[in-house]
Amino acid sequence: MTTISSASAAFTGEDPGNRLFGPVPDVTGDRGYADDHPARVGFFTDTSVCIGCKACEVACKEWNLLPMDDAEGTVDALGLTGASYDNTGMLGANSWRHVAFVEQSRAVDLPMPTVGLPGAAGGQRPLEDPPVVHPQVPASATTAEQSAPLQTSSGDREIRWLMSSDVCKHCTHAACLDVCPTGSLFRTEFGTVVVQEDICNGCGYCVPACPYGVIDQRQDDGRVFKCTLCYDRLTDGLQPACASACPTESIQFGDLDALQARADERLAALQAKGVEGARLYGRDETDGVGGAGAFFLLLDEPEVYGLPPDPVVTTRDLPAMWKSVGAGAAMVLGLVASAFVGRRR
Amino acid sequence: MAEAHPVGFQWVMEAKARGATVIHVDPRFTRTSALADLHVPLRAGSDIAFLGGLINYVLQHELEFREYVAAYTNAAAILREDFQDTEDLDGLFSGYDPEQGKYDETTWQYEGVEVTAAAGQRQSPKPGASGASVGAESGQDSDAEEHEQGASEQSGSGGIPVGGKPRRDETLQHPRCVFQVLKRHYARYTPEMVHEVCGIEPQLFLKVAEALTSNSGRERTSAFVYSVGWTHHTVGVQYIRAASVLQALLGNMGRPGGGILALRGHASIQGSTDIPTLYNILPGYIPMPHAREDASFDDFIAEAAGSVGYWGNMKKYAVSLLKAWWGDAAQPENDFCFGYLPRLTGDHSSYQTVAQQIQGTVPGYFLVGENPAVGHANAKMARLGLANLEWLVVRDLQLIESATFWESGPEIETGELTTEGIGTEVFFLPAAAHVEKDGSFTNTQRLLQWHSQAVEPPGDCRSDLWFYFHLGRLIREKLAGSTDPRDRPILDLTWDYPTHGPLAEPSAHGVLREISGTGPDGTAVDGYTALKDDGSTSCGCWIYSGVFADEVNQANRKKPHLEQDLVAAEWGWAWPMNRRILYNRASADPDGKPWSERKKYVYWDEDAGRWSGPDVPDFQATKRPDHVPPEGAEAEDALGGTDPFIMQGDGKAWLFVPAGLADGPMPTHYEPAESPVPNPLYSRQANPSRKELRGAWNRANPAMSDAFPFVVTTYRLTEHHTAGGMSRTLEYLAELQPEFFCEVSPQLAAERGLEHLGWATLVSTRSAIEARVLVTERMRPLRVAGREVHQIGLPYHWGKNGITTGDSANDLLGVVMDPNVHIQESKVATCDIRPGRRPRGPELVEFVEGYRRRAGVASGRLGPNGRAPIEERS
Repeated sequence: MTTISSASAAFTGEDPGNRLFGPVPDVTGDRGYADDHPARVGFFTDTSVCIGCKACEVACKEWNLLPMDDAEGTVDALGLTGASYDNTGMLGANSWRHVAFVEQSRAVDLPMPTVGLPGAAGGQRPLEDPPVVHPQVPASATTAEQSAPLQTSSGDREIRWLMSSDVCKHCTHAACLDVCPTGSLFRTEFGTVVVQEDICNGCGYCVPACPYGVIDQRQDDGRVFKCTLCYDRLTDGLQPACASACPTESIQFGDLDALQARADERLAALQAKGVEGARLYGRDETDGVGGAGAFFLLLDEPEVYGLPPDPVVTTRDLPAMWKSVGAGAAMVLGLVASAFVGRRR
Repeated sequence: MAEAHPVGFQWVMEAKARGATVIHVDPRFTRTSALADLHVPLRAGSDIAFLGGLINYVLQHELEFREYVAAYTNAAAILREDFQDTEDLDGLFSGYDPEQGKYDETTWQYEGVEVTAAAGQRQSPKPGASGASVGAESGQDSDAEEHEQGASEQSGSGGIPVGGKPRRDETLQHPRCVFQVLKRHYARYTPEMVHEVCGIEPQLFLKVAEALTSNSGRERTSAFVYSVGWTHHTVGVQYIRAASVLQALLGNMGRPGGGILALRGHASIQGSTDIPTLYNILPGYIPMPHAREDASFDDFIAEAAGSVGYWGNMKKYAVSLLKAWWGDAAQPENDFCFGYLPRLTGDHSSYQTVAQQIQGTVPGYFLVGENPAVGHANAKMARLGLANLEWLVVRDLQLIESATFWESGPEIETGELTTEGIGTEVFFLPAAAHVEKDGSFTNTQRLLQWHSQAVEPPGDCRSDLWFYFHLGRLIREKLAGSTDPRDRPILDLTWDYPTHGPLAEPSAHGVLREISGTGPDGTAVDGYTALKDDGSTSCGCWIYSGVFADEVNQANRKKPHLEQDLVAAEWGWAWPMNRRILYNRASADPDGKPWSERKKYVYWDEDAGRWSGPDVPDFQATKRPDHVPPEGAEAEDALGGTDPFIMQGDGKAWLFVPAGLADGPMPTHYEPAESPVPNPLYSRQANPSRKELRGAWNRANPAMSDAFPFVVTTYRLTEHHTAGGMSRTLEYLAELQPEFFCEVSPQLAAERGLEHLGWATLVSTRSAIEARVLVTERMRPLRVAGREVHQIGLPYHWGKNGITTGDSANDLLGVVMDPNVHIQESKVATCDIRPGRRPRGPELVEFVEGYRRRAGVASGRLGPNGRAPIEERS
């Protein structure tokens, strides 16, 4: 049975330490690890250099011994989805990395992006006038967000093919962990969120709690599974399998602080090149999950990649809920008490 | 490249991060296009028009690197008066014999230079006559997926044996100098013509031209990267030649950041060309001797003996090779056992051999890591060949279709073959994977990288080294005591490799040491310059000589790049002599000074009196830049100080190939053998000297046939590997691309009623196959020659076995080949496509036969057990 301490932020409604919502500078220490705990680690997935090779998916399955499954998560099944080259479908109990393939096009012939010759001193010739703004083009996700380095022309249609490797976000405020009644889900000394399969009782509370739809029950098993950020490899001083396998360093593993700094630099560099659609996702510590341990550089709106635009930890509203519950309970108690009082009189 | 070489593509991404502009030229919008700065879609099979357009752009706008071109190419050489161009003869060069479909190259020669290779002997060029240079930059060893490649009956590599220096006009103004001939040849390859042929808008073409030319010259260099998209054509060698001409004009050869990089189809295909699995070359591109012309060792090495450049040393390399193989038995008195070498009697290339198999004249066959029943063009023809052997040995990691064709091949279903009727005895011998054995990979950069065994192979799996060593050992034991002279070549072999471990695995280190070579005292040589022609040295492959220098496995060096300079010379070992960039003398100007500080690489150090720089100079180290060779000098000593292309007889990069190519001295646009449109440039539709194989098992779709109106191109997906034996059999890869599909544009889907995720049947004169449909805007119709041309994409990984199964794309393709290297045109063919699944069983045969009739093509009906005769050229 879930017990709520009388000191719980959820119960008291007081959350000065941001234990349910908001930035947490030391999420690991906050969970009671000693001061010399390792730095919080994470993934920075730079989708602007993802080539969609799916090496991350294969490396993950190899290392974690996950079963083959189809896009619906059915074990030992295969199936063509027709969703571009994505036959994984989504993150689930059997797929802890998922590479999304997004084909975009628009029916205009934009001027080609200037083929830059960075660093060319003498002899540099501009290839084209500066890009022309076409006012008639609707500013959809595929227009205003077009990134110059990724723009490609095939005449009358402009094509862009976005690829992005998704993974568990290892949230600062992990609702899955907060709602787990068995303690199967826990915060590791690396600041990551891991489910212990030998403790999980298959209650499934965590599944609707995840604002990203990441954690998932295995159909024939009942227990939940998700990315552990290769906890077993981390404890042996190795980096996660997916990051090791990524050929283009689209998936970068490291201390979260360093990754955040690198991501900020990369974003600035892309923006300086005029890649207006570029943005970081999960980097902001004031967002709905207090920032993610696995965050992304995207080239378009999160929805385009199948990511929620504004995820919020589902336990954020617990104080309010408990407050309402408390008020209701008080009212009931009051009514009951008054009834007794009335009878005595 | 991102699709098929994702690991190598990391360096493209790194270059891009450093500011490089990445341009992707491909009929399809692929994962590579997605990461490129610019995608240039073109019609499959039109690349020479595109590259020719770039050459013309360079020449018309005088954007060539003039000093480089004048000094280091054959631009100044003057040609004979009787040479005639395709512009003069409407698509033919002078010397064409329509009866034979072959060229006599006499008129392509330099004026006044006597050419050693006799006219009419084109099919047996000696080293020095193949027209290609050794190495990854050459077209000669251009890719062969799964060893499909053949070559002219004999071919080594290197420059033509030039019997004297050609007359030159250093001003490049003489009307018959190569430069002017080239200019005239490409004058009609305008942006408008490129548009007409390739479907590339002139605006887009000009962007590429300007990006390329402004990024080439003293301060900057550009590189071309290609793979089988360029080689799998009836003009494949000429594709590479076109890039060579362009890169030579722009001064992008022998310099850092330049070059033409051939991405190979497998992890060590480069290695299996260097130490060949090809029928027509010996290790190190030494030609295989011919039965009639090479009766004696002297005959064999005669042509090379007098030639200029390093091929002038062929006798040293050949003698050392024979010593490596036959040791003490190889003595000067017996021509070092030259007589033991097998001889060529004709074209024994892969597809020719398959045709012979169908005739029942090939008794036995080894398939090693190759799955022709899925992976060869016209896979049905390959299966018919296998069905007509006496025995077949298949060594593979998995039970592939080439080992099971007799029970579950598509022809069993159609009734064209029956299991009872097939007499082939199949031996399947499982192979060890690379982590289960020691060995080296040679990559596209000629870099040898050693890998060590991690685990013992499971069950009966054995390494190739184990298999061949013990097979040889057993054969030798059986032959022991034989007095039959024909057994001597096997009994005299040096077959004494040390073995180790529970499986008696031969020492791969020992083999590498033998390849690297040993000197008179039995210790490892430092390199090929130490090799002798008197039998005192031994070397299994002269270009690999030095990989075991100092008795150290140099391929096993793994010093991190952070602890070295940018050349990283102590990571692995690159042939030859650990040179990382070939012809790097060209990175300095004729005086030996760097062309620019930015592109400084190898240069002449006057104080030290030698060439210097971060790489090993690809030049005699102390030969001065102003060196003029004395009269009568031979081999490399006959090259001057400004002759960087040391494997060529004249030391120059060739803008024009005066000898050694079967289909012309300059690349010329011909339509693919199967094309829906006429050739806009010449009335010659396709390469006039392309190589055909005719029979009921290999019908050709007529050009511009209404029955086959669409272009089809085949390719690989990142998720699978070639014919699928290593990926369709694995759960984690099969689930990622779980079904055979075809990619079509929305326009074609609408035109033919194809539904996304529905079924389509694709038909050619070979067969009909079915695939799921992916409708995508990444496929795009092109406007070519005034009409809309649709292109269909087909990944070729699927077959009957494994976790994910499907029809084989290669069943659709025919075999028609490049005349130089006998590689098939599998990157472009024609077909029809219609919605729905294909007919089953005997109905399939009738269905395809109906198409043949409509297209006016001869019947494809086969005789008993799939046999049908080879038909002569009509």
